[in-house]
This record gives sequence, C-alpha cells and structure tokens, in this order.
Amino acid sequence: MRNVFLFIGRHFNFLFFLVLQIIALSFLFRFNKYHEAAFLNVSTEITGRINERYNNIEYYFQLKKTNESLVQENLRLRQQLKENYEGPDSLRRMINDTIKVDTGQRLLKYRILEAKVVNNSVTAMANYLTIHRGFDQGVRPNMGVTGPQGIVGSVVNVSKNFATVQSMLHYQFGVVAKLKNSRETGTISWNGQSPLFVTMKNIPKSVKVNIGDTVVTSQTSSLFPANLMVGTIADIVPDPSSNFYTLKVRTATNFSTLEYVYVIDNLQYDEQKRLEDSTRKKIQ
Amino acid sequence: MSELLKNIIRFILFILVQVFILFKMPPLHRFVTPYLYFLYILWLPFSLSRAALTFIGFFFGLCLDYFTKTPGLHAAACTLIAYVRPFVIGLLISQEGADKNYIAPSFVSMGWAPYATYAIVLTVLHHSYLVLLEWMSFGNFMYFLGKVIASTAVSLLLILVTELLFFRKQKFRTNTI
Repeated sequence: MRNVFLFIGRHFNFLFFLVLQIIALSFLFRFNKYHEAAFLNVSTEITGRINERYNNIEYYFQLKKTNESLVQENLRLRQQLKENYEGPDSLRRMINDTIKVDTGQRLLKYRILEAKVVNNSVTAMANYLTIHRGFDQGVRPNMGVTGPQGIVGSVVNVSKNFATVQSMLHYQFGVVAKLKNSRETGTISWNGQSPLFVTMKNIPKSVKVNIGDTVVTSQTSSLFPANLMVGTIADIVPDPSSNFYTLKVRTATNFSTLEYVYVIDNLQYDEQKRLEDSTRKKIQ
Repeated sequence: MSELLKNIIRFILFILVQVFILFKMPPLHRFVTPYLYFLYILWLPFSLSRAALTFIGFFFGLCLDYFTKTPGLHAAACTLIAYVRPFVIGLLISQEGADKNYIAPSFVSMGWAPYATYAIVLTVLHHSYLVLLEWMSFGNFMYFLGKVIASTAVSLLLILVTELLFFRKQKFRTNTI
C-alpha cells in the first residue's frame, strides 16, 4: 500500500495530466455521440447570455440584409395567397365544404416559433447555432429549424432560455430531401469543404437531373414539413463506379448572415416515433 | 497590476477574441482556422507548479469549448501543451536560473531563438492533437496534414503580430533585493 502512495506521489503530475485528458476525451466522445456533456445546460445559458450581448451590437450591421430576406420571404408567401390564382373558367367557383361528415378534417401538425439567432459559426467542422428560445418557450430537442430562405438544421440541446441548433453544416447532420421535379428522394449531408454547398446522395442515375434543379424537403422527414427549400443543384460529381448520383447542392440559406429562424414543432412527432419504435420491437 | 489580476483579464480577453473575432472571420480555406487563444498558456508565469499549469490549461480549454459546443476538444489540446510546457522550457532556457529572474516566458526573458522554438513546438503540438481528435470522427489524412500545416502557419503569424503589438516589458529581478 505504501508503495502505491509513493508511486502516486512521485508521478502525481503525470497522473493528474492523464486524469484531465481522460475527462476531456470522455466529454468529447460522449458529446459527439449523444450531444450531451457535463454542465452543458448551465454553460449554454451563460454563453448564450454573452452571445446575446455581442449579437445586440452585431445585429445593426446586418439589418439591411435581414430586412431584405424578410421582404423576399413575404413576397414568396404573398404569391401563394389563394386570391392570386384564378381558374380559366370564371363560371366555376371553388367552394369550401364546411360540413364535417367524417373526421377527415385537417389537424394542425406543425407549430412554428420564431427565434433570434444569437450565435452562429460556419468555419468549424461541427457548426452550431445558438437561438434565443429555450425550454420555457416550448423548444425541445429534435425539432426542425428553418430560415427565411431555406432549412437550417435541427435542435440538439435545450436550456431554460436558449437552444443549440446543429446546423446543416455539421458532419453528423442528415435530412431526407427530394428533387422538386422528379420527386425522387435522397439524403442531404455535409462534407466539410465549403459552407456554401452540401451533398445529396442516393438519387439513382436513371433519374434525369439538371444543374439548377430545386431540392426541397420530403414529407418523409419527421423534422420538416414537405416542400421547404433546401437548395439548388450546383454540380453533378462524376462517379462511374456507382449507380447513384452524388450531387453538389448550393444551400438556399446563407448561413453567415442568418439573423432570424423558425423552429418547427412537429406535434405528431412523438406519436410517429412511438409507433415506429414499437414496430421495430415487434419485428425483432 | 498584480500578476494574478493580469492573468485573469488575459484569460477573458483571449477567449473573447478567439470566439468573437477569430472564429467569426469568413473562412479563407477549409484548412485554415486561425487559433490564437492558446498563447495564454504560453504566457503563464514560470512560477506556477506543474499541476496548477495542467489544471489551468484544462479549465481554459473547457471554457472555450462551451462557446464552440465541442466539450473536451480544446480542453484536451490545452491540457497537453500545458503539461509539456515545463519540459520545453527546461530544454530551451539559455542559462541556469533565467526562469527565476523573469516572471513569464517572452522574447526578452528567453531570447529570440529559444522563445521562437518554444512557440513553434507548442503550436505544432497543440494543432496536431486538436486536428487529430477532429480527424478521428471526420476527414482523411490529407485533411489532417493540410490543416495542421496551414493552421500552424497562420497561428505563428498571429502570435508574432500579437507579440509585437503587445510587447510585454519584463523586469530583471535579482534575489539580492
């Protein structure tokens, strides 16, 4: 026993160093897997407050761009108003049937919260945003986040008043998306090369793909409603060994000038998840 | 100003500069990430014990980590360089007892060539370990090599600029007074 203490005494510095290394690495690998680490809730709250202070100043320099993108979004939404569309036959009028014979009425599936972005990074391998909406305002992990121009990412961590969003520019991010023209679905991921482009995979080569085609979210993604803008195809990467395309997609969202985002709460997410999990258990 | 207060202010300033200036810069290339924050560890006084130095390194790295949402990444790299620092200083110090006569490592206290070597060794060590940890979950070998070299070059440039801009006057202390 005495020798053990002597050993610890003699190599105290090295052992202390090893212990700290192990703590640091366990934090890191635990976080990479489950996005949780010690003191994360407290620290998100503190760093969130500091980021908010900084953002209050930075925000003024972005006002013009923010305003422009919000105006563009309004324009797009106004364009979709029912009043803008008119059938060629003016004798026929559309009438909404208000009698509910069966329970086929529409239920609200997505609730949308607005949130201010207080911190944002694009230069790292794993990019996160911090938004000023948290648990108290109804944000939960696994909610989709979209910006005025296109989708942004998903919520991974929530504290009382702030939430951390894994941006689309994160090597672990993945979302199901489809080509607007052919409705062929593939997956979106990021290869870490440029903050302007993401990669789309799993589109079979039998599908006709053009540069400039629009990529939108698919209804099979549980994070996002269907048909939200993801980006446009910028390049088709040649890969003769595969039956699938690798497409370079220019993101619709400009991540470096993001000021406001919308958090999408899928009200039926839990139900869907429970059903899918129980099905998986049944099969096994 | 006392040495402790000076170091606490530096602690906060280095983290804020790294998070709100260097990380906010538009990316030059995917290999280039401008790191400067670890200069804080290079500037810590000679008089600190090795255990204290290692712990400060860990805590300093962890504080930055909670801003970048990578808990443990910078902490691991900072702990490593803080632990290795006394060995490097022991090898490079020009004359016996120079670490008793000055407060902290600098061009003045160590001389130009030893201090430059000291900065280069610790920068390379820090970047290699940091990028290695990143590489384990992501990327390939070329990415590792390219990023270590490019980031080291940028960091050394930043360190040189910082040293010239904020020249630290170092008083020669003898134990006769």
